[in-house]
Amino acid sequence: MVKVTVDGIVVDVPPGSNVLQACEAAGKEVPRFCYHERLSVAGNCRMCLVEIEKAPPKPFASCAYPVNEGMVVHTDTPMVKKGRAGVMEFLLINHPLDCPICDQGGECDLQDQAVGYGRDSSRYTEAKRAVKDKDLGPLVKTVMTRCIQCTRCIRFSAEVAGTPELGATARGETMEVGTYVQKALTSELSGNLIDICPVGALTSKPYAFVARPWELKKTDSIDVLDAVGTNIRIDARGPEVLRVLPRLNEDVNEEWLADKGRFAIDGLKRRRLDSVWVKRDGKLQKAAWTDAFEAIDAKLKGVSGDRIGAIAGDLADAESMLALKELMAALGSANIDCRVDGAAIDASRRDFYTFNTSIAGIEEADAILIIGSNPRREAPLVNARILKRSRAGRLPVAVVGPAADLTYAAQNLGDGPAVLASLIDGTHPFAATLMAASKPMIIVGQGALRRADGAAVLAAAWKLAAEVGALSDTWHGFNMLHTAAARVGGLDLGFVPGKGGKDVGGMLGGGVDVLWLLGADALDTARIGANTFVIYQGHHGDAGAARADVILPGAAYTEKDGTYVNTEGRVQRGQRAIYPPGEAREDWKILRAFSGYTGKPLPYDTIEALRARLEAVNPVFARLDILPRFGCTDATGPAEAGAISGAPFVEAVPNYYQTDPISRASPTMAECTATYVAPIQAAAE
Amino acid sequence: MAFLDRTARTFLLAELASGMALTLRYFFKRKVTINYPYEKGPISPRFKGEHALRRYPNGEERCIACKLCEAVCPAQAITIEAEPRDDGSRRTTRYDIDMTKCIYCGLCEEACPVDAIVEGPNFEFATETREELMYNKDKLLANGDRWEPEIARRLELDAPYR
Repeated sequence: MVKVTVDGIVVDVPPGSNVLQACEAAGKEVPRFCYHERLSVAGNCRMCLVEIEKAPPKPFASCAYPVNEGMVVHTDTPMVKKGRAGVMEFLLINHPLDCPICDQGGECDLQDQAVGYGRDSSRYTEAKRAVKDKDLGPLVKTVMTRCIQCTRCIRFSAEVAGTPELGATARGETMEVGTYVQKALTSELSGNLIDICPVGALTSKPYAFVARPWELKKTDSIDVLDAVGTNIRIDARGPEVLRVLPRLNEDVNEEWLADKGRFAIDGLKRRRLDSVWVKRDGKLQKAAWTDAFEAIDAKLKGVSGDRIGAIAGDLADAESMLALKELMAALGSANIDCRVDGAAIDASRRDFYTFNTSIAGIEEADAILIIGSNPRREAPLVNARILKRSRAGRLPVAVVGPAADLTYAAQNLGDGPAVLASLIDGTHPFAATLMAASKPMIIVGQGALRRADGAAVLAAAWKLAAEVGALSDTWHGFNMLHTAAARVGGLDLGFVPGKGGKDVGGMLGGGVDVLWLLGADALDTARIGANTFVIYQGHHGDAGAARADVILPGAAYTEKDGTYVNTEGRVQRGQRAIYPPGEAREDWKILRAFSGYTGKPLPYDTIEALRARLEAVNPVFARLDILPRFGCTDATGPAEAGAISGAPFVEAVPNYYQTDPISRASPTMAECTATYVAPIQAAAE
Repeated sequence: MAFLDRTARTFLLAELASGMALTLRYFFKRKVTINYPYEKGPISPRFKGEHALRRYPNGEERCIACKLCEAVCPAQAITIEAEPRDDGSRRTTRYDIDMTKCIYCGLCEEACPVDAIVEGPNFEFATETREELMYNKDKLLANGDRWEPEIARRLELDAPYR
């Protein structure tokens, strides 16, 4: 450690730190624009000036100056103050003072620091420069005249997003940030550019002019549009969710948020189920809650338990899944399944279906094999971690599955599972790479499991992990990457067929007479038997609701307190930001109310009681936010089932922007699909 | 002595006489009341009356939906919603003032960076129903159009002191 004195406060900082970090360690605020903890140092805004004793008598840019033993730093001398005021004056020379019409107003670094460190008035009377705005696609709005050329966006897109599309042309006053040839940003993390831009040059296009930060009610929650479990903050005004921002969580999302979670929220206002519908005379008609319960109850009376089934969808919270599971048990049914897509996930042991290495653990890995997954589309933040690890040093990555641009170098070993055999027996060259690695990772995606031979692929992947030494007492290198936020939670609480119960495939095709869909839309509703009575409980009028005989309007993730388990197995809790629209109610309450109506009341009346029950069912639900790392204690794999076919893997997420009812209802996501996905699909045809 | 003095004054109606003398003095002075509504008292250029939204001389509305007036309003009487207009500029889609909440402090006027919202000279806007006092953007713009010459003159008169 290096001892540094900052304004008389002695701090120890790791060698290689810069002076700015030492100042932060001492609790001294240093203004900055270009410096960002997670990006490389550029040192071009010059705002972070400090004075250093026994060094040349000039102000130093603290972000670009390394610490030395015994260094004495001052952050509040007249020279520093004068220097910062001068830098600020220069920055404001070409910055339009259009704060009243700027969306960054109220949360702008330049605004705040101009008040804190700048002069009181401008002496500049000459002409200001103006820059033409760039079109960066449907998500990021640009007002390039406001740009102060900190280059954070350029560094972010190259270093974190892995899509080096932004750059600077020309120099000095004429320098412009842009894509050079006009194009839309192709990154799934482009929304983060809005957060890192210290001024209003890059702002959110869908949120343009909508609200000011001080009007918004902020609620901590969890993103459910992918399985990463990104920690988010929901900003709402009245009954509307206006925007979603990431929260800091080093273990999950660092400070980033993928575009779908950020921009799909306008789908929460459209195609909502806000009243109860019951099918009468072949047509869905608005009804009261009691009418719906009566219709369901009447139908259930004549049906035996084994002809009743329930499927939990991709966005369900653990509480409602538990309530549905116990309702089904009370009705005498073992036909429950949360694997809507029919993926062959083995729920018998927790490490068979979780991302055991953990997302932060990716940074320790030294070889990665991805099987049947495109993490860039299925979990952009997991992909960003792999890129981060890849940039930190040599990391061999290989993919078995369709060729894709993952933003880092990845060797494609073939598009189907046929190559797994040669990897397991060690004849494939990449097997040697995995063997040589001390912490190899195997990532199995849903694309590898949603097939007839999914169970065999899963068993082969586990076997491969065991063969290459990925399963040790200290390192668990077998990982499953999920695409649905509800999946791990559902598997954890045992939302899988009980003894003699039918799975999703068995329930479809007339396997049951009454089918309860808890937000399950990702299944082929045409396969549901013609005489099956379908109850759809959910928040969007999507595939499931279209087939339903009774629709019970539920709450979306922003409208209920819910527990979600991410792909790592990390239990996290989201809070309600707004109330559900119209007649819609929180899902567990609907199930509790119906259980009372049908005479088999569930034993909980409050969410606390339900959560206590959740912990009793599986103790992992008591371990909120914390994910202990553990090695593999039992290398026995999932049961082998059948042979592996030679068919190539199909991508689990062909269109990143539309994967669930919320994003399918979102106009912004539709625009993204038209911009990014449609041209590729058109070219492929 | 005090008792004798007080009793004498009471019986001689001294207070009444001095009061009547005062009345008589004012009877010959110039009168201070005016014959409202046919006559009106002078008001200062800073008088805070009924609100108005102003326009630029070319007819473009001044308000840019920065929401500073909404933020500063101590009575929370202002409600604004905004979105990009077709030409991409920042405009309000809704600008409501609840005149029953307003305390006529003038902070909205002070906060406005473009002199769009002003409190004009008009104080005669009593209505028969409460609902009429919920002003919307159309009403405020109409007020602006109606009072603009007067408002512009007031701003000019007040400008040296700002």
